[in-house]
Amino acid sequence: MSTRGKVVGVVANLVTIEVDGPVAQNEICYITLKGTRLMAEVIKITGKFAYVQVFESTRGLFVGCEAEFTGRLLEVTLGPGMLSKNYDGLQNDLDKMEGVFLKRGEYTFPLEEDKKWHFTPLAKPGSEVVAGDWIGNVKEGWIDHKIMVPFDFQGTGTIKSVVSEGDYTVKDTVAVITSADGTERNCSMMMRWPVKVDVKCYKNKPRPFKIMETGIRTIDTMNPIAEGGTGFIPGPFGCGKTVLQHALSKNADADLIIIVACGERANEVVEIFTEFPELDDPRTGRKLMERTIIICNTSNMPVAAREASVYTGMTIAEYYRTMGLKVLLLADSTSRWAQALREMSNRMEELPGPDAFPMDLPAIISSFYSRSGFVNLRNGKTGSITFIGTVSPAGGNLKEPVTESTKKSARCFYALSQNRADSKRYPAVDPIDSYSKYLEYPEIAEYLDKTIGDGWVADIMKLKDMLLRGKEARDQINILGDDGVPVSYHILFNKAEIIDFVILQQDAFDHVDASTPMERQKYMVNKVLDICNADFNFEGFQEIGAYFKRVINLLKQMNYQQFQNEQFKKIEEELELSIAEKRVSDLQPLAAV
Amino acid sequence: MKTKAFQKIYTHIENVTKATCTIEAEGVTNEEMAIVDNRPAQVVKIAGKMVTLQIFPGTQGIATDAEVVFLGKPPTLKVSEELKGRFFNAYGQPIDGGPEVDGKEVEIGGPSVNPVRRRQPSELIATGIAGIDLNNTLVTGQKIPFFADPDQPFNQVMATVALRAKADVIVLGGMGMSNDDYLYYKTLFDNAGALDRIVAFVNTTENPPVERLLVPDMALTTAEYFAVEHKMKVLCLLTDMTLYADALSIVSNRMDQIPSKDSMPGSLYSDLAKIYEKAAQFPEGGSITIIAVTTLSGGDITHAIPDNTGYITEGQLYLRRDTDIAKVIVDPFRSLSRLKQLVIGKKTRKDHPQVMNAAVRLYADAAGAKTKLDNGFDLTEYDRRTIEFAQEYSRELLAIDINIDVDTMLDTGWKLFGKYFTRDEVGIKQDIMDLYWAGKAS
Repeated sequence: MSTRGKVVGVVANLVTIEVDGPVAQNEICYITLKGTRLMAEVIKITGKFAYVQVFESTRGLFVGCEAEFTGRLLEVTLGPGMLSKNYDGLQNDLDKMEGVFLKRGEYTFPLEEDKKWHFTPLAKPGSEVVAGDWIGNVKEGWIDHKIMVPFDFQGTGTIKSVVSEGDYTVKDTVAVITSADGTERNCSMMMRWPVKVDVKCYKNKPRPFKIMETGIRTIDTMNPIAEGGTGFIPGPFGCGKTVLQHALSKNADADLIIIVACGERANEVVEIFTEFPELDDPRTGRKLMERTIIICNTSNMPVAAREASVYTGMTIAEYYRTMGLKVLLLADSTSRWAQALREMSNRMEELPGPDAFPMDLPAIISSFYSRSGFVNLRNGKTGSITFIGTVSPAGGNLKEPVTESTKKSARCFYALSQNRADSKRYPAVDPIDSYSKYLEYPEIAEYLDKTIGDGWVADIMKLKDMLLRGKEARDQINILGDDGVPVSYHILFNKAEIIDFVILQQDAFDHVDASTPMERQKYMVNKVLDICNADFNFEGFQEIGAYFKRVINLLKQMNYQQFQNEQFKKIEEELELSIAEKRVSDLQPLAAV
Repeated sequence: MKTKAFQKIYTHIENVTKATCTIEAEGVTNEEMAIVDNRPAQVVKIAGKMVTLQIFPGTQGIATDAEVVFLGKPPTLKVSEELKGRFFNAYGQPIDGGPEVDGKEVEIGGPSVNPVRRRQPSELIATGIAGIDLNNTLVTGQKIPFFADPDQPFNQVMATVALRAKADVIVLGGMGMSNDDYLYYKTLFDNAGALDRIVAFVNTTENPPVERLLVPDMALTTAEYFAVEHKMKVLCLLTDMTLYADALSIVSNRMDQIPSKDSMPGSLYSDLAKIYEKAAQFPEGGSITIIAVTTLSGGDITHAIPDNTGYITEGQLYLRRDTDIAKVIVDPFRSLSRLKQLVIGKKTRKDHPQVMNAAVRLYADAAGAKTKLDNGFDLTEYDRRTIEFAQEYSRELLAIDINIDVDTMLDTGWKLFGKYFTRDEVGIKQDIMDLYWAGKAS
């Protein structure tokens, strides 16, 4: 019999329940209020009292309300039918809810109960299996959705039977597996899994060795992210975090994108709801929504469910990774998740850490980031979760607990700069402060040199050096004045401006410039490097600015054209003429200036 | 809020603090309203039989034998057409001498809109102020605050925006408003003949600060009524949200909560988000647009209140005094409307985004040139042109006394580009340049 209890105390969404039996930490219970069942999670136990955080408003709750414990942790339901869905943080299907306003205590089934899926068996009776092994295949949209041995299956089992090819619902039994101790288990196409537990159904997790293309030049060219890698985007408000994440979700080279809108604006999610079913995936021609799952817990939705939402997203990502897919998980914003932790910690009157965040915040963040990664599956296939989270630092100050904790875990750092945003240099990723640790990985460098071209990494480092020298030159000019520095400083500064305007800046709202394939990025990088390596002859500093403005303008016009079309080539010719005007000779690269 | 005959009256208060009192009572529900010694109060904590009440007007003079009556319901408001043209206090009681409003009684601070039922905002709100319409276009269903120092004329700008916005209903939520400002709004709306479109909930500085906590919910419940039931375009003005947040911190402090940054409660983000997220475009056609005021202290936007607000709202507007033209302008650098992408170049002329960006970039160049000048360096010829451009741009477009339509703003932009710059310097996409360029051929 399940444990029951009665409400004895209420403060905001922290409710105290006196229980009549055993309860577990993080166990889920339902509190009944006038026929409405409110879901809650145990977060502390003292003696007979369980402290639960309610995932809903607690208005109207009174002493004596009945509570029923489920004996299970917070779980998601995994199976075919999740693709293209819009869930809330607890995996309720938002489209199934009635009315304009959310109703308290309304929980909807995340999959389609009656829909029949065409199942093709992959495993044969008699074969030995462990958790996560593939039993069958179902077409979920365009994805080959693998039906797997339930992740909670212990040890090695033997398949006793598999149904023949045909149409089944998610609840029909499709396979029977005999475990080592002889018990038989009926497996359907769906399974449940606790969100806060990692799914470890893979052979091993090697170091990432290839990059994930995003179509965004400042990422792919300057600081690439590895497939299976982690990155984060901190930035003050108004610097384009969300625009950058949306650009990633539109253009990244992934099989599946999971977007967790965690405590952010509802209108931003509405933008995805509205645009993604219309927009084409540039790589496949299918609609973007066909490769997207949205977990949406906007800032006005209950705080406790906000904390759950990032875990819900990660667990769904792990499920699809185990089918051998390349998953990109985006969370906007992880700071809101940390704040949800803070609010609860505060109500439980725990001793606070820095900025009143809980003391274990760094540990929570790092164990979350470590759930991503590239994996080798037992059947020789591979899968990956690339995770990019945004961080909203209080006051734009990067020395705050969430940013610092995340910096310890994430390998790519895309710092958004207020200065760049103010001067409308978007994306506002600061080229000097940002980094990708993956550029230091020999396997990544080798991969880049092999796939893009020999010496690519060296070229990128050269670009970075030039940006830095340009910045130093600009500082000197600002201190000493235009005529107080040698002409070469002006040239250095303007060369850095070329890199900035042509490679770093990208117009996310222009249909051509929004996404740049790697081949085109390489072409433009070479073009820019060629100019940066050249030596120029100028009489004085007065003519330099105007000259380079013209060069930059031409290069920018090239970015707006379809790659290698007539207009593109025409502008390129004009550019070459302009360059030839002032170019002295082709000196040795680096010896320039 | 009259007591009814059958309600149980408690007369033994156990604890009294500055803002709360605790009594032993049974059958009390969370967030329920109560009357303590004739003062409105709300349940904020239940621990067994002990119930803690937040007394909105404060607890001075409350005796341990004061009468306590529970009303059995959370704070409510009666909504109907009759609300129009009326002024109320934070509890929804008339302060204009008129009769009580009759209507459907609804709980304030109700549930949030299902995100999948929202529609994408797409209707431009024209204000005639180029600093807003050209650079930071507002859209129905948006939420946006003015970040302003107390000495800036934000009330005037907000009132101008409200009157020009062509909203069906304007709901004013005044928190800690000075009596003078309250009268300013009242007279202004009256003179503009807009009084029948106004509903106001006002907590002035003469009222207790904690009462302010009810004002946004009252205002937004009214807004939801008109937007959902009558499918109207509602504009909700909230001023001043900084004083609202201050009231939150007073309460959390008295509830012994651990403060986070700047002595604000750890839940500040969620508390503010619950209010601002009520802005929405509804599927049936109604909308709620929120324009708020967050006063800053010495322009500091890293303080917890503006900082959290910035992460919630869809942009922010800054006012600044431009000494070169001796006028107040809408600051083009720091102001931002996040929803402008939904309308500019779509509902307006297609050169809008490019003109906007180019002008701001050139204006930034002018700022750089001015810094150079301040540091005593010689200016290049280009620098000088940017400075001249900036002054004219500021006077003809950024100043808050401008009242022109968007096409005229764009034409003005092109006129200034042509006057001061070459095609290369403006750097706009070729095909648009060919259509609108007003300067020399090359």
